[in-house]
Order: sequence, then C-alpha cells, then structure tokens
Amino acid sequence: MPAVLEVRELAKTFGGINAVNGVSFDVHDGEILGIIGPNGSGKSTLFNCILGQLTPSAGEVRLDGRAITGMRPSDLNLLGVGRTFQLLQVFPQLSVRENLILAGQEHLGSIWSRLAGRPDAGLTGAANRMIEFFRLAVVADERAGALSYGQQKLLDVAMAFMAGPRLVLLDEPAGGVNPTMLANLRERLRAINETAKATFVVIEHNMEFVMSLCTRVLVLDEGRIIAEGAPETIRDNHDVIEAYLGH
Amino acid sequence: MTRARTARVIAAAVVVAAIVAPFTLKPYGIYLLSLWAVMTIAAIGLNLTLGYAGQISLAQASFVGIGAYTAAILTTQGWPLAAAFVLAMALCFAIGWLLGYPALRVQHHYLAFVTLSFATLVFLVLRNEEWLTKGVYGISGIPRPTVLGWSTQGPVDFYFFCLGVLALVSAATWWIIRSPWGRAFMALRENPIRASSLGVDTRRYTLMAFAIGSVLGGISGVLYAPLVQFIEPNAFALGLSFNLLLMVIVGGSGYFYGPFLGAVVSVLLPEWLRFSEGLYLILYAVFVMILMAYFPSGLLGLAEGLIKRAGKPAPGPALPTRDGDAS
Amino acid sequence: MADILQLLVAGLATGGIYALVAIGFVLLWQTSQTINFAQGEFVMVPAFFVLAAMKLGGLSFPVAMLLGFLVTVVVLGLLFKRLLVDPIIRHGVLPLVISSIALAIFLKESVKEFYAADAQPFPAAWATTNLTVGGAVVAVQNLVIIAVAVVAVAALQYFLAGTRTGRRMQATAQNPGLARILGIPVERMILYTFLINAGLVALASFLVSPIYLAKFSNGETLGLVAFIAAIIGGFNQVRGAIVGGLLLGVIDNFVAAYLSAQYRGAIPLFLLIAVILFRPQGLVGRVEERTV
Repeated sequence: MPAVLEVRELAKTFGGINAVNGVSFDVHDGEILGIIGPNGSGKSTLFNCILGQLTPSAGEVRLDGRAITGMRPSDLNLLGVGRTFQLLQVFPQLSVRENLILAGQEHLGSIWSRLAGRPDAGLTGAANRMIEFFRLAVVADERAGALSYGQQKLLDVAMAFMAGPRLVLLDEPAGGVNPTMLANLRERLRAINETAKATFVVIEHNMEFVMSLCTRVLVLDEGRIIAEGAPETIRDNHDVIEAYLGH
Repeated sequence: MTRARTARVIAAAVVVAAIVAPFTLKPYGIYLLSLWAVMTIAAIGLNLTLGYAGQISLAQASFVGIGAYTAAILTTQGWPLAAAFVLAMALCFAIGWLLGYPALRVQHHYLAFVTLSFATLVFLVLRNEEWLTKGVYGISGIPRPTVLGWSTQGPVDFYFFCLGVLALVSAATWWIIRSPWGRAFMALRENPIRASSLGVDTRRYTLMAFAIGSVLGGISGVLYAPLVQFIEPNAFALGLSFNLLLMVIVGGSGYFYGPFLGAVVSVLLPEWLRFSEGLYLILYAVFVMILMAYFPSGLLGLAEGLIKRAGKPAPGPALPTRDGDAS
Repeated sequence: MADILQLLVAGLATGGIYALVAIGFVLLWQTSQTINFAQGEFVMVPAFFVLAAMKLGGLSFPVAMLLGFLVTVVVLGLLFKRLLVDPIIRHGVLPLVISSIALAIFLKESVKEFYAADAQPFPAAWATTNLTVGGAVVAVQNLVIIAVAVVAVAALQYFLAGTRTGRRMQATAQNPGLARILGIPVERMILYTFLINAGLVALASFLVSPIYLAKFSNGETLGLVAFIAAIIGGFNQVRGAIVGGLLLGVIDNFVAAYLSAQYRGAIPLFLLIAVILFRPQGLVGRVEERTV
C-alpha cells in the first residue's frame, strides 16, 4: 500500500520541553490509523505540527510524496486534508446548512468566481446529502450554537468531510459524546472509509472506540512512538500498559 | 419567514419615506437627511469589517477623510467628481488593505489601538501637509457635481444623488454578504482557526474585509465634501471614528440594517429632539452604556429578541441547548 | 550637553506621568480583561473634582485635593467597576471597549457642559521656579513629578511584591481560576486594582494639570499615549508600562526639540506599529506561545 502521509523525525519544543520528540510514521491509503497515549504525550501537538497550526522545530511531513511541512492550514485543506479539533469547533451563529456550505465553498472556483457567481452553486445539494448522512435533518436550519453537544460534534465531523478529503485527522472525536451518538459516529466513519476510500488518523482516549474502529494503532508517550501494531497486539503490549499505568 | 417579511415591509416604508421626506423639509432638514445617507455609507463599510468579519477598526473616519480630501482637491481644480470616486476608491482599497496587515498578527484591543494610531497619523498628515490639504484652514468652495446633465446644486437634488449612491452601496453590500464571501467573513468572525482548517484563506479575507470597508468609507467621504462644501482636518479626527463605531454597534453590528438605524440615532435624532449637542452626547453615551450592559447586540438585536419572545414557540422538536455556546 | 540634560529631565517627567497612567491601564487588563478607553478622561476628571470643591465648596486647595482624591477613588474606582464593568464584562471585551468609549464621551461632554469648555488654571502644590544645574535650566516641577512618580511606583511595587494582599493580587492577575481555588477572594482583589488605578490617575491628574491646565479635552492624547506606552513596554507586565512610559516621554521631548514639533505625536504611533509587527509581546514582555 502506498503512503498517503509520511512523517519523518518530526519534533516540537516549547521552551526546552520536547512535546514531540522525533516522531516518524506512515499513513497508508485507506487505513484508519489510531494514535493513543496518556495525557500530555504530545498527540495534539503532533496533529497541529502536521497540519500547519504550529511550526515544527525539526522534521518533515510529506503528502503523496510532496513536502508540506509548515504549509498554511487553509492550503493543506485545499490539498485534500481535513481535520477536527479536540474541542468543538463549529460556527455558532450560522445555521447547520450554512456551516456545511462554508466547509465546501473554498474548494470550488477562484476567490473571484465565489464573489461573482451564483451563491452556493451545487453546494446546497452536497450539504443536504451530508445532513442526511449524519442524521441532522431535523436541525438543518437551526443555528449551530443552539444544537446539543452531540449534534454539534456530528456537525463538526461532517464539516471535515464536506469537501471530500482523501485524508482526515480527527482529534478525539468521541470526547464527551454519549454511547448512542458514539455508535452512530463510528458507523458513519466506517461508511465513509469504505465508500469514499478516505484515509483517517484518529487521536482518541476511548480505548473501546479506537480498538473497534482502527485498523492499526500507534502509541505515543512523552513525544515518542513506543509501540505500533494491530489493535489486539497493542492491547496486550507491556510498554503500553506501563505508559498508561504510570512510571 | 415572517421575520424576513417584517424586515422587508419596514425597509420598503423607509425607502418611501426617504423619497418623500425632502419635499416636506426645509433646506437644513434636507441637509441632515443627506448627512444621514452619507454617514450610513461609511457605517455600512465599518459594519462589513467589524460586524461581519469581526475586525475592529477605529480608523473608519480616516477613510472618510481620505475620500473627502480627494474629492475636495480634485474638484476645486476642475476635475469631475467621478474622477474623485475612482481615485478615492483605489486609494482607500490600497490603504485599507495595508491596514489589514496588523490584523493578521493581532486581534481585539491590540487591533483597536493599531487602527486608532493609524487614524491619528492620518489626522496629523491632513493637518500638517499644508501644500496638499491647506492644513487647519481647510478647503472651501467645493462644487457639487453635474451628473449626466443633471445639476445637483440644489439641496433636494444633491440629497437624491446621495440617496442614489447609498442605494448602489447597499445593493453591492447585500450581494457581498449573501455571496460565499459573506459566509467566509462571518466564519472569520466566529472562529478563524476552524475556518482556515476548512480551506478559508483567512489572510486574504481579512485584508479584503478591511479594504472593502475602507472603500465604502472613501465613497462616503467623496459625497461628504460636496455636501458640506468646506472641509478641515478636525471633521475626520477620532471623534468621527468613535461616532461611526457607535452607529454600527447601536444599530446592531452584523445586521444588514444596523448602520441605517445607527445613523438615524446619531445624525437625525439629536436634531429632532432639539437638545444642545453636548447634552445629547451625554445622554447618548449613557444610552450606549446601558445598551451594552443589557443588549450588546444593539437595537436590532433587541428588536429581534422582542419579536421572538412575542411570537409562538418555534415549531419542531424541542432541542436541548447548552448555555454559552454562542459566545 | 546642558540641552540634553534639560530635555532628559523634561522627558522623564512627561514619561513618569505616562507611566502612572499606563500602569493602571495594565493592572485593569491583567486582573479583569478590562480595556479602559476612558483612561485619558480618567486623568482629566480628578482635576475638576478639585476645582469644583474649591469653587463650589469653598475649600482650601490641600483639603480640596484630598477630597478630590477620595472622590476619584470612589467614582472612577468603585463605581466604575460596579456600575459599568461588572454588568458588561460578561458579554466580552468588545462591548466593554464600546462602553468605555461611551464613558469617555460622557465624562468629556459632562465637564464641558456642566463646568467649563475652556482651559482652567490649576494650582500647583510646589514651586514653579527653575533651577540651574551645571548650565542646564531644570524646572522644579519636573523634578517634583519625577520624585512623586518614583515614590508612587516604588510603593506600588512594594505593595505588589512585599505584602500578602499584593501577592494575592498578582496571583489573581496571573491565573484567576487557580487563585479562586486557592481561596483568594478574587473579586475583592480585582476591586483593589480598580481602586489603585483610580489613585494613580488622580495622582497623574494633579501632576499634569498645573502644566497643561485643566481642560475637558485633555484626556484624548494622554489616554492614547498611555495605551501605546503599555503596549510598547509589554502589555502583560507593570514593568513594561514603566519602561514604555519613560521611553515615550523622553522620545517625545527629544523629537519635539530636534526633529519636528508638528509630527512629535506621530513618533509613538510608528513605535507602536513597529512593536506590534515585530515584537508583539512588547520590549520587556514575555512570549506566550500557546497550542491551539
């Protein structure tokens, strides 16, 4: 399988502390890669360095063999990399549909055609399909800020898929979501993975969620990868248990 | 959508009133109405920058000043006002674009002070560069234009000229905020980090928000000069920037009709209430403070809240909401 | 050489006043995220409290000054916080910015409407003569201003670093959430900063008014320069406000003497823009790098 994303010796230091300390891994086409690790192990920092939110101190990131290190988040997204954040990030004053249309609009035409052309050309249909798919139809015209937490989470994830990305990085998608909603989310993610051939990287604390969703798991501790493998081998790995249960 | 219909009915009534009113007023009343139209244009520009794109600017008066001085200098030397429009819009676009750069690095109060400083700089240039602006003596005898054979010399004619430009500006702004640009501006206001992760080029949109808002300030200035026919630097000092900011906020920042209403409160109301200027400003200031304490979304936000409360509960399933999500 | 000494003393005096105003500004921001756009008017108003006490109350200057100080602390400290900041800060920074702009208009227009529109002489509590030091002519009042500013800043620093209440205030400024968990009465600490700010602006008012006379519009430039001083020095530190204030005062006097009196007002603005673009944490400020 060819690598969609290659991360090589990536490092980030904050005032002498190595938050990410020389991390290398590949993400293969079509897989769902889980990244787990105790709090403060550098997972979110790793995401933010890959996605241009932070400038890495050292190392390189390649997308389909092309260097993307330090590229701006908006340009990365236009190259087909979607993401969600650890905390909820929707646009509270816009309606659910408007949130989704926004998530797709920058991928169509030039900035000038977006000013001159018919607003929302083609996007409303795509947004409606996404609303159906994530079962948000009853709230489609509500302000996103008025939705329940779980619904906002679904919208947040839906936005990341709106432009049909080939690689999506999800930062704790299960955080704060109730079990019913969680099952819904997992099923949606699997469906997108199979039908749209999208590749995922998932940071997650919820072990059960990771083990049931991911095809491969990396374990991060103190900014380094300490284990890698299929979910069932990771579950029994001595170092992983050590990292979680304390030093 | 009853709310949209209510807004449309009110807007139509205001348009009719704006067309009929000058025939019932003395010249001073017509002058005030013209001033209202001119200030509304500048406030619409600021509403785009601040209300929609969320970038605070205390320099809107500077762009009104740049527009007014462009018009004054060109037309007193025999150039047509159309040339002033073109030059002022180009100047304001370029300067507004540059003013946007600090907004890429700093936000909120820092941005307020940067724009405030820029406004002070423009004021100093207008006051000190006498070879160009005649300094504190100001520029007088600014002619009113003849548009395609229609002389706008009389107060009613010039008023309709201003109203026409206001209509064009409103239509253009309406187009922008309904286009994907408007949505991107709002995304910038609500969550720039999330917006950039969805492909929104936040740099370009931020600069564009400043540039377009500034262009509208410039258009307002190009009309202001022939309206008052005498301009001097003090008219474009910080006081006007604050005043325009209050217009946007009091009317309802981020509401399309907010600037129209805000300019009524700031330009027309003091005359109708016949207070002395000082006393009106004191009461106005108290009103703004109370408004901010209870209805920070301005008069239109207040009206919307009242309509919602008066109307029946919205149909559809009741949804759990979380407090503070909108903040 | 004598010229330079003369300008330096004048510059430090101006800078001392800027620093007093800027310190208060920074304290309010640190403890309560209050951006006070009326800070300049806060310096303008206390002088009128004193003048009103003398003219309407028939009090002698020292008594009026003491009364003016107390009224300032109550009105611009306590009432400002209770009536304006407390109800509005929960809506966010922008509404507070707007209402402090409105407050500035309110104070300015009230003084103009109800007291006087023209500049009012304000008595000085010290000699207004000049001293000659090694060929340089130095105004006594500049020395007094420097002395008062130094004493005030030293007292404040001692209070913040050397007393229990001061340290609790610093804790509140750095991390209000943690301070609350530690049992520090955060609300009272925030109130203290408002009172201290009011005291500082009253002091600045009494120092500056004998020189520039008391006028309703005095706050406009003073407020702006104090903000700029705070940002140039470093918005998150009292030390920054002091450095920024002194620097601006000295630069101001030298520019006016050697470069351009017309554009002396522009120098702080260029400095501000340069600092914001190239060193947004301020000259002595610390970088705060945060993850998303």
